[in-house]
Amino acid sequence: MSMNLHIKNGRVIDPANGIDAVQDLYIGDGKVVAVGSAPDGFTAARTIDAAGLVVAPGLVDLSVRLREPGYEYKATLESEMRAAMQGGVTTLVCPPDTDPVLDEPGLVEMLKHRARNLNQANVHPLGALTMGLKGKALTEMAELTEAGCIGFAQAEHPIEDTTVLLRAMQYAKTFGYTVWLRPQDPHIGFGGVAHSGPLASRLGLSGVPVMSETIALHTIFELMRASGARVHLCRISSAAALDLIRAAKKEGLAVSCDVGVHHLHMTDADIGFFDPNARLTPPLRSQRDREAIRAAVLDGTVDAVCSDHTPVDDDEKLLPFAEASPGATGLELLLALMLKWAHEQGGAADGVLSRAIARITADAARTAGLAAGTLSVGANADVVLFDPDARWTVAASSLASQGKHTPFLGYELAGQVRATIVAGQVAYER
Amino acid sequence: MPTLYNNPQLNKNGELQHLLTIEGLPKAIINHILDTASSFVSISDREVKKVPLMRGKSVFNLFFENSTRTRTTFEIASKRLSADVINLNIQASSTSKGESLLDTIDNLAAMHADMFVVRHAQSGAPYLIAKHLNDTKQNHVHVVNAGDGRHAHPTQGLLDMYTIRHYKKDFTNLRVAIVGDILHSRVARSDIHALTTLGVPEVRAIGPHTLLPGGLEQMGVRVFTDINEGLKDVDVIIMLRLQNERMSGALLPSAQEYFKSYGLTPERLALAKPDAIVMHPGPMNRGVEIDSQVADGSQAVILPQVTFGIATRMAVMSILAGGHA
Repeated sequence: MSMNLHIKNGRVIDPANGIDAVQDLYIGDGKVVAVGSAPDGFTAARTIDAAGLVVAPGLVDLSVRLREPGYEYKATLESEMRAAMQGGVTTLVCPPDTDPVLDEPGLVEMLKHRARNLNQANVHPLGALTMGLKGKALTEMAELTEAGCIGFAQAEHPIEDTTVLLRAMQYAKTFGYTVWLRPQDPHIGFGGVAHSGPLASRLGLSGVPVMSETIALHTIFELMRASGARVHLCRISSAAALDLIRAAKKEGLAVSCDVGVHHLHMTDADIGFFDPNARLTPPLRSQRDREAIRAAVLDGTVDAVCSDHTPVDDDEKLLPFAEASPGATGLELLLALMLKWAHEQGGAADGVLSRAIARITADAARTAGLAAGTLSVGANADVVLFDPDARWTVAASSLASQGKHTPFLGYELAGQVRATIVAGQVAYER
Repeated sequence: MPTLYNNPQLNKNGELQHLLTIEGLPKAIINHILDTASSFVSISDREVKKVPLMRGKSVFNLFFENSTRTRTTFEIASKRLSADVINLNIQASSTSKGESLLDTIDNLAAMHADMFVVRHAQSGAPYLIAKHLNDTKQNHVHVVNAGDGRHAHPTQGLLDMYTIRHYKKDFTNLRVAIVGDILHSRVARSDIHALTTLGVPEVRAIGPHTLLPGGLEQMGVRVFTDINEGLKDVDVIIMLRLQNERMSGALLPSAQEYFKSYGLTPERLALAKPDAIVMHPGPMNRGVEIDSQVADGSQAVILPQVTFGIATRMAVMSILAGGHA
């Protein structure tokens, strides 16, 4: 049983309840017991003075590669959980492209068990939609759900046979499961390493055209209409795709989507002269795409922003651009990069900060069907305290993650976590 | 602010540290290389074809991708500068044993290499090497890109400019057409950057849509899919080699149809200016991209290109080794 905590004088931002005000937060038995004034008979075992800090729900990150099982040389649960705590992320969803793939209940149970023992972020795996992510045979979705999967995904392995994708969506619909798909055509642009455009042409890099994303979206939407399945679209990268999603939502399809936080700030121009740190999947796109993503996060077409955390080691990154492993470390940058976006949108005006927090807490949790991301009375006391003005420089030495590669290396960012509380326990503080 | 991922080929004083691409290379440096090359052309005609400019220096030819021709021209250029040349066919050695590219580089640098001539199948590989040398304070080691993926082949671009300057004197009144597989061609990219930098008012790219990359217009190029239209009144025609593996499949149906649609025949050559020159980076596919009558004709300058290529590579290497451009 955790001790009673009193967090006083902080600026509480709880988008789910429309709160943005300096208030006190009271935590007992691992739950939020009151916001505002203390409940009768509450005695705090510890009081934290959060003056000057923002008190928000712990962050909910919809795409975090923990690299376990199978890729422990890139990262381990221990290192990445420390990174989560340092980044204020208390709930995370991990894709099934581990080795072995998360297609058997035993593997999921083991991962959940390992994560629970560390007693840090809540880990919610996505199960593989098809065995071995091979796009041929369905997995035991009901069994996997019992083991702890919250949805089913293909990660970076698009299903070639549209019949199989239809069957998978029909089966998922039967049990009310959500299918998580990153829209990408299995042929056009598959194996490409940069956005098809002037930069890729100039540098002689093989391209991933926007139509790789939009063709896949058209297919997915048709299959949704046929199957009635609920789909969450992962890491949308283009303006054209966002237009299609906006229309699909208007039509009433049960669809939600997220974007990776890198795409909120960077474009293919950030590849510069073959910087392998800017080799991401999906690729960084044009400035027009970036502006559309920024607007869609503001207007809610984009439901959630994720870190797309992908630890990659030196041996796999210090290679010619196309041979370098795609991905960047992100858990510890998510908050600061969302604050940067909010600041660039006009900061405090019109509740932009609250909206920025929503996309990485309440909205993300709702999208994933998770009871998290809020400071409602009775909710699990997963809380982050951060100084929105504290500046820090992104450097390998400042990151707890085993992945040290990010295109933001050297950037000075504002917003640093001071404490991360999981189920009422202070799991990290600085 | 972030440390910018700068182009590592120029040092802080704007001098040539490595030769990685022609893109962004100041016109003054290109002209200096061409002028230097011109002084080397006559050396090849002498009885003793050597100058001592790189005596005692070690040049490592690092060919991660096969190329007998380019490697040979670099080897000859090094030897005429009196450098010691070490040829390494890396495919067959260390990387196949699992050694990383940068480990290979560190090992060779420890053998006191002065220059790496790098050919690699991946676009950008020489950048990785140059940046690594700069980052590890091994600034005395220079990198020459001898062709990386589809990205750049700067010495070919420079020797092409030398050839054009030799025959046409002035760049600022020329129409130049590049014909063929632009999509996969590092030569085309280097030529385009060089031509636009040197002030050529009209650079044309001619090919079927399947072999034309997007974004050519942003590079200052006029795109033609009809070769008869594209060759009209041009001063220079640069033919590109069509790789065997591209001759049939989803990019092109057959070599025969390609020749019919895009092959340079005497009839098509007649559409260009009467004094137009025909260039080709070699090796040629006669009957695929070029008719033998044209290849062996009076307007072809394909063999002089090879001769000028040695002088141009001598110029690049001696300027890098001398530490000033």
